Amino acid sequence: MPVIDLATTPLRELNSALHNIQKGSNDLSYEVANPRGSHAVAVGVSGPVLVDVNGSVGYYCAGMNDGGTITVHGSAGPGVAENMMSGKVVIEGDASQYAGATGRGGLLVIKGNAASRCGISMKGIDIVVHGNIGHMSAFMGQSGHLVVLGDAGDALGDSLYEAKLFVRGTVKSLGADCIEKEMRPEHLQKLAELLEKAGVKDVRPEEFKRYGSARKLYNFNIDNADAY
Amino acid sequence: MCGIVGLFLKDSRLEPQLGQLLSDMLITMTDRGPDSAGLAIYGSATDGKAKVTIQSAKPDIDFSDLERDLAEAGLPARVAVKSTHAVVAVAGARLADVRAVLAAIRPDVRIMGAGDSVEIYKEVGLPKDVVARFDVRSMSGSHGIGHTRMATESAVTTLGAHPFSTGSDQCLVHNGSLSNHNNLRRELIREGIAFETQNDTEVAAAYLTAEMAKGKDLGQALTGALDDLDGFFTFVVGTKSGFGVVRDPIACKPAVMAETDRYVAFGSEYRALVNLPDIESARIWEPEPATVYFWDHQKAA
Repeated sequence: MPVIDLATTPLRELNSALHNIQKGSNDLSYEVANPRGSHAVAVGVSGPVLVDVNGSVGYYCAGMNDGGTITVHGSAGPGVAENMMSGKVVIEGDASQYAGATGRGGLLVIKGNAASRCGISMKGIDIVVHGNIGHMSAFMGQSGHLVVLGDAGDALGDSLYEAKLFVRGTVKSLGADCIEKEMRPEHLQKLAELLEKAGVKDVRPEEFKRYGSARKLYNFNIDNADAY
Repeated sequence: MCGIVGLFLKDSRLEPQLGQLLSDMLITMTDRGPDSAGLAIYGSATDGKAKVTIQSAKPDIDFSDLERDLAEAGLPARVAVKSTHAVVAVAGARLADVRAVLAAIRPDVRIMGAGDSVEIYKEVGLPKDVVARFDVRSMSGSHGIGHTRMATESAVTTLGAHPFSTGSDQCLVHNGSLSNHNNLRRELIREGIAFETQNDTEVAAAYLTAEMAKGKDLGQALTGALDDLDGFFTFVVGTKSGFGVVRDPIACKPAVMAETDRYVAFGSEYRALVNLPDIESARIWEPEPATVYFWDHQKAA
């Protein structure tokens, strides 16, 4: 298993090694030492590679991930797993703002708290946060699921499209056009599946509330002008 | 963009290392702000003494014989020159006279800050060069804040660099951009406040100064700033005994804090904090939006 020490190896060497893994290669497991808050660690992974990052990372870690499994044994800076296509990203600590932004697929698990704008403009990604999330999370979320075991900050799901939001704790406030919705059997089933995938135990889907779009802001309507 | 760092020492045994630690933190933030850099260092106060940090575009001329000329003007002082800056130490009771005397005998020098313990140094250029120019690494102190600037709202000049003084032993650094600074500047000019630049942060500093002159304390003035300043900001303010942090309600300008038994540290990014002692075991978190935080030596004990 290659170990890349960012104290001695330039970041580009790590990322180009991850980008150039040949089909049939046996070296599919990488360990990254001393990230010390570096930006763009393991971005653009495009195959089923395992990356373990031992320490905290800065901006945009695991961005555009397409099929990799990337675990950060520490905390992540802004924009972790931004625009993920598929695969899995796990943050053992906290994540800064806009975690999982614009993600189109895959699973992002944050074991600590996530800051503001978690899942902003999400388009199919599933995000499970063990702790709390900050304000403006899932803003304009189009599809995918955001599961929060703790509390949500202000303006959750503002201008939401069809992303489904599940919060177990309190929601400080809902954003424009976001409402609490009925939890139907299919939602409980999906939630149970996501909790299991994210390694969450001792938490039942019934403990969550579901939030989604009231679908009043999809098209401009002069009667709704105050809501924009 | 801009980068901010701050370090508040709880363990006085770290005080001789303050300049060293802050310098490394500041230089790490170079790619957030390579235009200019500045620091405010809170050293130990000497009983009955006050100091004024001044800056000159012509230090060779302005600082030569300054001590003698101040004495001749009836203001006994010690002058310590550091490159383009000089620290003028006077009896505490004479602090109020420094500005007037300097205006008479050295009309071109600018006052960067004043108080019992603060020294403010700032210049254009890479942070590493600014640190070297003022020999920041050798400075000791109880706390300090620093800033690396990527200019957006006004020209790259010494006076456009941060920190900005907001009052005795107080200063402000800013990451972000204010959108109502022109209007607010006009209002403050009407109230009699003088400005030296077109810089947005100078307006924020002047706003805090004006609010405190009306009787608010720094915490109240910062809370007022959340209502009266429009735009993006993460502010770190230095005070005689500590520092404060406030972010605007949107909070898109980054901020990370770390606390151990020995210090509280602020960085625009975690990268700025990685060289601090025992950072691995520090409590690390992001300050909440629209919330005023303070760490204070007088209250921390």
